[in-house]
Amino acid sequence: MAAEHEWDRETVRRIATSLKDEPGALMPILRQVQDELGWIPGEAVAMIAGILNLSRAEVHGVSSFYHDFKHHPPGRCVIQVCRAESCQAMGGAVLADHIRKRLGIGFGETTSDRRFTLEPVYCLGNCACSPAIVVDGELMGRATPEHFDQMITNRNGNHR
Amino acid sequence: MSVRVYIPRDSGALSMGAESVADAIAAEARRRRLDIEIVRNGSRGLYWLEPMVEVATPSGRVAYGPVAAKDVASLFDSGFLTGGKHKLAVGPTDEIPYLKRQERLTFARVGIIDPLSLDDYVEHGGYRGLERALALSGAQVVEEVTASGLRGRGGAGFPAGIKWKTTLETEAKQKYVVCNADEGDSGTFADRMLMEGDPFVLIEGMTIAGLAVGATRGYIYLRSEYPHALRTLKAAIAAANASNYLGENVRGSGKTFRIDVRVGAGAYICGEETAMLESLEGKRGMVRYKPPVPAIAGLFGAPTVVNNVVTLATIPIVVEKGGSFYKDFGMGRSRGTSPFQLAGNLKYPGLVEKAFGVTLRELVYDFGGGTASGRPVRAVQVGGPLGSYFPEAKLDVAMDYEAIAAEGGILGHGGIVVFDDTVDLARMARYAMEFCALESCGKCTPCRIGSTRGMELIDQIIADRDRAASAALLRELCDTMTNASLCALGGLTPLPVMSALKHFPGDFGLSGEPT
Ligand SMILES: Cc1cc2nc3c(=O)[nH]c(=O)nc-3n(C[C@H](O)[C@H](O)[C@H](O)COP(=O)(O)O)c2cc1C
Ligand code: SF4
Repeated sequence: MAAEHEWDRETVRRIATSLKDEPGALMPILRQVQDELGWIPGEAVAMIAGILNLSRAEVHGVSSFYHDFKHHPPGRCVIQVCRAESCQAMGGAVLADHIRKRLGIGFGETTSDRRFTLEPVYCLGNCACSPAIVVDGELMGRATPEHFDQMITNRNGNHR
Repeated sequence: MSVRVYIPRDSGALSMGAESVADAIAAEARRRRLDIEIVRNGSRGLYWLEPMVEVATPSGRVAYGPVAAKDVASLFDSGFLTGGKHKLAVGPTDEIPYLKRQERLTFARVGIIDPLSLDDYVEHGGYRGLERALALSGAQVVEEVTASGLRGRGGAGFPAGIKWKTTLETEAKQKYVVCNADEGDSGTFADRMLMEGDPFVLIEGMTIAGLAVGATRGYIYLRSEYPHALRTLKAAIAAANASNYLGENVRGSGKTFRIDVRVGAGAYICGEETAMLESLEGKRGMVRYKPPVPAIAGLFGAPTVVNNVVTLATIPIVVEKGGSFYKDFGMGRSRGTSPFQLAGNLKYPGLVEKAFGVTLRELVYDFGGGTASGRPVRAVQVGGPLGSYFPEAKLDVAMDYEAIAAEGGILGHGGIVVFDDTVDLARMARYAMEFCALESCGKCTPCRIGSTRGMELIDQIIADRDRAASAALLRELCDTMTNASLCALGGLTPLPVMSALKHFPGDFGLSGEPT
């Protein structure tokens, strides 16, 4: 389990030093750390604060404001389900219930084998193809419980 | 000679399998030793047909859709490369009634050109607006924008020319143009389609804005949910830099304009312009008190024009053809066209650019074809998560800022979400409060606390605990939120809630409307 939580300090240092002179540098730095590591470890907050000459509280305040910035390592595959109006109008709630049951977790949770993390999102801009979900960064339109099951089965086959 | 085949790379089309269709078409052509050229265009906005494949024939483009990878062999068998008959054929693209009845000004090139080809852009009329702007003074450009009557398409509908004039007339060493590409409203996707389908028109619009008001730097604040738009914008900005459409000496004018893209981090409130500026400065997205308005003191305290993607992308045609050309479209004080986005439970969801004045009913039925489920339309939410629910009987309202406001609604960013008769409006009202609670920046009490309180009250109403008294309290709470919130998140959340309560009291277990 510990291995799952390891992260590369050098990555954070490289990102923070390369972007520190950008105007409003903190956001692009946090964004890139999130994109590369998949989360923002507490110690990374301290490192970034040091490099930008800000207080830890300031950096923490910013990183905790935004929904995208995660403070726990995610599972290997992140599944985002749109919960906004257009998807609700097209059976999004039924789909969300199915996905929760199938994975055995609620929104904001990670399966105990750390394979899947389930996140709510509020609009993916794919409202003309509702309901929409994102699996491992890939957007799927007019998603159905059957699509989802098929996708999970394919992944199981791939041992991911 | 090779045949040109268009397969969209728009993320909506990709979400329906466009990538595997493109792969299959390329492989099948190789197998049959046929010479084709695949262009990855934007979407025409006919999403029930996506992935929609088009073939350029001597008599124009013809369309097939929705195409799946498994259909590809039979398309080749039917001779689709010469416009052959097939069960997925929809005929000449321009003759599709859904497109033919539109008035595409801002979206004129979306779905038609190769989004990443600067040559294609220029061949299709691109950069004529900038050319004209370079021959005019800043004040003259602002005058054209004012004369066009163009109002902000991000939600508030503020006249663009007035905003620009303020920034132009504010003296400062540094000024900025910020493009609001946060597109947080559910039921909207016009900004995304435009950035993915015609990024140069946005770049041109921002450049004209920069030259007009004297700004040398532009930022596009893009929501993180749009990775394809990000890739397209970055490639287009690089191409524009390489050809001197951006950079230190824009088209030899001696003027500088640069554009950077900044990616958001999943906060709806960062679509509010002052919260966006805070975020661009590397801070929490907290709404600022106004005044000062951003046009006078915006990004890093400098005068800043903040406009929505669609507003800025409309500037090139306004400047090229003149304000009066644009003003001839529309009704009342709503001039020009607007990209209405048809979403939710519709047979034909998609993007419809029409002059203001088209009715909601025309959009829902004549374009949208009624519900996808085949059940009756019961409610339509107009203007995103802060917009009102309209019952079927009220659909004759004209899509015009003032007409919608007269019905107690907002036009917002032009999103239209349709629900059939299985919808429970009490649950939708609760969702509106829940969304406000999730996304509140926390600066003021009516929004921060009120939204959670509102959720509890609606729960009580649904559970029939002190139903009448809870409904009365909910009305009072909504009054307070409307009157005492700093920004429109807290201020407009009462619209979906109160419109649901007013038009659909039965869903709350209440009979009729007290007033
Ligand atoms: C809560 C909230 C969210 C908003 N979200 C957006 C958005 O996602 N995109 C946008 O262009 N404008 C949004 N706006 C409106 C902006 O504050 C601002 O009016 C707009 O960017 C100005 O550009 P325009 O005049 O071209 O519309 C939002 C406003 C509020 C109060
Ligand atoms: S209304 Fe809500 S989002 Fe707007 S400033 Fe107040 S607390 Fe922030």
